[in-house]
Amino acid sequence: MSSKISSKISSKTGSPFSATRQAASQVTHGLAVSLFMAATVWFAPAWADKSAELNLYSARHYQTDEALYNEFTKKTGIKINRIEASDNALIERLKSEGAKSPADVILLVDAARLWRAESDGLFQPIQSDYLEARIAPNLRSQAQPEGVKWFGFSTRARVIVYNKARIQASDVDSYEKLAEPRNKGQVCTRSGSHPYMLSLVGAMIDREGVPTTEAWARGMVANMARAPRGGDTDQIKAVASGECGVALTNSYYFVRMLRSKKPEDQALIAKLGFIWPNQQTSGTHINIAGGGVAKNAPHPAAAKKFLEYLASDAAQAYFADGNNEWPVVANIKVNNDGLTKLGTFKIENVSVAAMGRNQVEAQKILDRARFK
Amino acid sequence: MHRVVALIALMLSLPLLGLFIPFFQTPTEASSVDLGAQATLLHLWQFVLGDYLVSTFVLLCGVGGGIFVLGVGNAWLVANYQFPGKKIFEWALILPLAIPTYVMAYLFVDVLQFSGPLQTMLRQMLGTDSLWFFPDPRSLGGAMWSFSFCLYPYVYLIARTAFLDRSGRLSEAAETLGYSGMQAFYRLVLPMARPAIFAGMALALMEVLADYGAVSYFGVETFATGIFKAWLSFSDRLAAVQLSLGLLIFVGLIFYIEQSNRARLRYASSGVIQRAVLPKSLRGRKAFWAFAFCGATLLCSFIVPALALINLLWQQGFSMDVRYLQWLTNSFWLSCVTALISVACAVALAYAARLTKSRTLVWANRLLGLGYALPGAVLAVGILSLLGLIQAAWIMSATSWVLIYAYLIRFLSSSLQSVETGLSRITPSMDGTAALLGATPFQAMRDIHFPLLKRSLLTGGLFVFVDVMKELPATLLLRPFNFDTLAVATYQLAADERLAELALPSLTIVLAGLVPVIVLSRAMSGSKRY
Repeated sequence: MSSKISSKISSKTGSPFSATRQAASQVTHGLAVSLFMAATVWFAPAWADKSAELNLYSARHYQTDEALYNEFTKKTGIKINRIEASDNALIERLKSEGAKSPADVILLVDAARLWRAESDGLFQPIQSDYLEARIAPNLRSQAQPEGVKWFGFSTRARVIVYNKARIQASDVDSYEKLAEPRNKGQVCTRSGSHPYMLSLVGAMIDREGVPTTEAWARGMVANMARAPRGGDTDQIKAVASGECGVALTNSYYFVRMLRSKKPEDQALIAKLGFIWPNQQTSGTHINIAGGGVAKNAPHPAAAKKFLEYLASDAAQAYFADGNNEWPVVANIKVNNDGLTKLGTFKIENVSVAAMGRNQVEAQKILDRARFK
Repeated sequence: MHRVVALIALMLSLPLLGLFIPFFQTPTEASSVDLGAQATLLHLWQFVLGDYLVSTFVLLCGVGGGIFVLGVGNAWLVANYQFPGKKIFEWALILPLAIPTYVMAYLFVDVLQFSGPLQTMLRQMLGTDSLWFFPDPRSLGGAMWSFSFCLYPYVYLIARTAFLDRSGRLSEAAETLGYSGMQAFYRLVLPMARPAIFAGMALALMEVLADYGAVSYFGVETFATGIFKAWLSFSDRLAAVQLSLGLLIFVGLIFYIEQSNRARLRYASSGVIQRAVLPKSLRGRKAFWAFAFCGATLLCSFIVPALALINLLWQQGFSMDVRYLQWLTNSFWLSCVTALISVACAVALAYAARLTKSRTLVWANRLLGLGYALPGAVLAVGILSLLGLIQAAWIMSATSWVLIYAYLIRFLSSSLQSVETGLSRITPSMDGTAALLGATPFQAMRDIHFPLLKRSLLTGGLFVFVDVMKELPATLLLRPFNFDTLAVATYQLAADERLAELALPSLTIVLAGLVPVIVLSRAMSGSKRY
């Protein structure tokens, strides 16, 4: 940052704090004032109205995404400014910022949250033949005359892993079987309040109705090897160590471990069996990571370009190779032996809107069943 | 002066008022799957809140007991006795302050869990596949231990300052009264140090109440879990705010009870210059036990966690992220600036209350200090609502001053408690003498109070510094573009379940926290006379 710009900025942003500064100077003889100045210069805004920029609000928390963004900048010359936080934090922030929000693109990592952001009016519809051609209708929001509000860019499945020494695959090959009495004392999951679990339960409500889902939740609680805690990786480790017989986990955590070169991870994997749940029945539950153009985007053209980039062959392959997710575009050449090894599977057919709408009901069912 | 103080108080209380905004908003949009007013609260009350309240209470009692024993015990030993290693314990016992509670939680569980190194080794040694006797670290009990090790320095630091300041005269008094060492401790020292110990315990326990990250990692559901469930799962901001206000009222009540009990006692000692404490030399078995107590505290609370971090770093291979230096400078600057302003505000507020002797101001200070018990994310939402109301929320993206503002409110309690505790030890007669000699209040403050207060100011500043260094939820929600701190980096890695890779940023938070700790301990040993 050049000193000319920074001095201009410091004199500008300094004024609202002059009252506080006055108080500080009385106490610390001006020491604070000089620090104030220094700090204001230091924190001078990086965000300003420049056309070759894109402001991204992202809930993706994957270290491997760094390269994905750099590639976009290299290709287009558009610099990406980022704020990364959890889905809900971003939604709250966007709501408060309102019409003056600097956000161009919003990326979220859960179907129910995408639905919520859409119904809160945070996206603007866009028209892109390219995106509509490449992304199947069930993986994006419903098309309206003005366009589509959000698109999925990658998917992940909620799968079952089990300890081969303790469990028969046929006893745990569906979500429903996990709640049957034969698996008493075997089941581990992460907290029921986590979005991944809420979306799974929300989809089940859509398929089976509330009473059946609640009975399932009670069965799960009765079968638990331990109270829900930790993340998905913790569940995988607990199954391998024998603390649990079987657990639910997101596919990419399992694939990450599958591809790990570390001997201790390979020792863990050797003890694990992997299952695509509900292949004979409703199909495996998947969740969507995706995004759209923000309602009041200052750079809508760049935002659209960015979304189209995310659907390009290179970026799609990147979701698979970098973060072990499935691309949404068909026939992408994937260079991920972990994903290839798992092969293809039957996918559950539930609308994103249903998962979103059922979220509150899902949490209530889990609370009633004492599913922590 | 008055107007300035009023302005500071107003500035700092605005976001708390911002929390009330949802009360006046009618839920709009078809989106809200609204269950009708109060339905969320009713549901939570009916099915989960009872359990949350019980586990919160048990957790608070456990952590309270833990930090009392560790904090007061260690402070008493190093303030009054001479034994092997004391010179090191004196400052090293502050070190756990630099470890964020969520990092401590990860490490605690990582070392002790079923699939962790200790249990695996034990299983192999004993040739069994279940260690039924080994308690599960991811439990309420585990959370108590982890929090206690992490938070006892709050009590230790404030109590030690109090012990150092008084025990010289006190032990003389105790001898005159014919008390034994233990009797003197229970009947004189402990009651005299009560404001200090309460201040330290209050800080630590408010941090437990406000915590969400560490407790959820332990699988413990506290009151904060209820707040977040209302907000995240039910998307019911109003219910979350109502629960938060309930929490604040509870904490306010505790402060009220303590304050009115304390009002019956007078704490300032009458001597003008206090004599230095001459620490008693311990020998033989007694020296060993003193060493063992301090040593065990330090081992569990700092050495083992630090080694676990270094071990993780070792396994991972030392790969440094290019953005690493930026994280470090961001964290460091935010912490420095906030600590300075916070101490300045605390001094202004505490003095205003002292000089005017106004009860209103005393209580205003208490209320401002409550921000500490508020989960960082809730406070951040308060600021968001406020900025949203005046249509200025976009400035968050442009400047990190919003962040500093949030920190100031959240952590004012740390500096305020320290400064007030320090002030409470300066006798009103000193002010009288100064006034008689023709000094203005400001001169008295500069020439008499400041030297006497130096240690408390440093302590307060240190608390705020390390608190900001570790702060996560508000930082996540309010930071500008491309502005990550060490704590944020740690969170991103943890959210991605890459435990090994968060070793480097975590270790840096710890190391950066050491800088002010060392400054503080040097200042302390250099100012023993006070």
